[in-house]
Amino acid sequence: MAAKTAQLEGMDYLASTPRRVVTLWLPLSIFIFVLLFPFYWMTVTSFKPDIELYDYSHYNPLWVVHPTLQHIYKLLFETDYPSWIMNTILISVASTFLSLFCSVCAAYAIERLRFTGSAYVGMCIFLAYLVPPSILFIPLATMVFQFGMFDSDWALILTYPTFLIPFCTWLLMGYFRSIPYELEECALIDGASRLQILIKITLPLAIPGLISAGIFAFTLSWNEFIYALTFISSSENKTVPVGVITELVEGDVYHWGSLMAGALLGSVPVVILYSFFVEHYVSSLTGAVKE
Amino acid sequence: MAVQTQSTRATAPILKLARANVWESRNLLGLVFMLPAASLLLLFLTYPLGLGLWLGLTDQKIDGTGGFIGLGNFISLARDSVFLLSIFNTLLYTVVASIIKFALGLYLALLLNNRMPFKAMIRAIVLLPFVVPTVLSAIAFWWIYDAQFSIISWVLMKWGWIDRYIDFLGQPWNARWSVIAANIWRGIPFVAITLLAGLQTIPPSLYEAATLDGATPWQRFWYITLPVLSPIIAVVMTFSVLFTFTDFQLIYVITRGGPLNATHLMATLSFQRAITGGQLGEGAAIANAMIPFLLVAILFSYFGLQRRKWQHGGRD
Repeated sequence: MAAKTAQLEGMDYLASTPRRVVTLWLPLSIFIFVLLFPFYWMTVTSFKPDIELYDYSHYNPLWVVHPTLQHIYKLLFETDYPSWIMNTILISVASTFLSLFCSVCAAYAIERLRFTGSAYVGMCIFLAYLVPPSILFIPLATMVFQFGMFDSDWALILTYPTFLIPFCTWLLMGYFRSIPYELEECALIDGASRLQILIKITLPLAIPGLISAGIFAFTLSWNEFIYALTFISSSENKTVPVGVITELVEGDVYHWGSLMAGALLGSVPVVILYSFFVEHYVSSLTGAVKE
Repeated sequence: MAVQTQSTRATAPILKLARANVWESRNLLGLVFMLPAASLLLLFLTYPLGLGLWLGLTDQKIDGTGGFIGLGNFISLARDSVFLLSIFNTLLYTVVASIIKFALGLYLALLLNNRMPFKAMIRAIVLLPFVVPTVLSAIAFWWIYDAQFSIISWVLMKWGWIDRYIDFLGQPWNARWSVIAANIWRGIPFVAITLLAGLQTIPPSLYEAATLDGATPWQRFWYITLPVLSPIIAVVMTFSVLFTFTDFQLIYVITRGGPLNATHLMATLSFQRAITGGQLGEGAAIANAMIPFLLVAILFSYFGLQRRKWQHGGRD
């Protein structure tokens, strides 16, 4: 215990309090202020009535004097915003589960079945992760059109796995590797089939990995923009990021209040999910680059 | 149940054997398990990659007309001043943003590696800009950079540092620095949190030993932290460079490539030509022009990833 404490504290006891204020807390608070300010500004703007929004001389812009829900009301009842939210949830959940299923099978095959050439397949999966959507969206658009999926949810549910599967597989390979091989050998001796081993032994042990991969994949599909912008054209089929930027901007008149409210409402579900699973999220973020 | 098994075994022993082989042969089973992932990736990733390379050699329009024109797109692009400007913009955007993201991200990681109260909460807060959808935070930046109602201009006016509002997005260079700043804001958390994970694996005893030998804080950073961290730095920076180079969302939301194409990146220009303008072939050619740059970044990562022998106690 004493050794552990010493290791945790390291040499921090050498730094005096005033010194820590200057070298640690001051720069850290500047970082946190800059990183959080856009969110504060977004929130303040979405609750300001228009008269305060465009009058900086009578009202301090950094504060709301008469908070109002008019922008959120307009968003929910006068635009397609609710259907964008529903589309985004549906598409994110469907593509996440599809990718998880594919990735579990693939990662188990690469890591545990070790079929001939599995090392090369693992390498290909990593390379696939490096292919950016920016160079795929044009050919994908022509394919989506030929398959008759243009302007439908399927166009996104089937294309999002192209960046989710490589990531999830790579992450789950790391988790499967950490599960002792002996457990599977015992099950094999007891007469379990490969499928039984995967479902009854490997998967329950890899649940933290599954949650990490799932949370990360969900936020990635929630954030996706370029495919949704290219493959969807009618307003009621759009996702939140695309809907906010294409439908709420009307000509040269920007309704900043409802734009900010749209951005705020679109961020809240992801942030709530993230706040429940911070540790899983961080471990998937760091796990993906550690290998 | 037992009887049934008995009878199947009796009547069709060969079938049973064949089935057992399928489920016990690693290669066949591996193929079955790989099938869902492989078919999706081959159909929606490998095939479009090839299709994109082909489209870059055609003058296909969005209505389906057009055919093979060889290197025609690249020849006309080489004389296209907007395309050349977009290469310059992309390189400037990538180099400047990546260097600052790395420097500030590493600094933030070193700060977060200190012992302090509420450490987990602070780390969770720091990662927020990375979690929130880029497009939505980019809209907030668009509003922060507004010509008439920019909060930055307002604060600087209050303090008396400037005497009229800054035209953030109206002037070419202002606009370039503004989008670079937004990209840095978005990227710092990723760099900081991943580097922090690397920092946490460095045993404190190394620092203690160095301090006893009289090393200054700078020497401890330069001779312990940086060398031990170098493999993870290589990977993190490759990802960072890759995502910055192919960035689309920030530019599309904040400036749409304007003013006067000053902030057009290759990705936004290819979208504009291919989808908005309908010239699929030309857009694909612009997208393909990004590939050589990406290959350089990936090769850099590959050689950076190789763990050095001395990190396992051997000699280089």
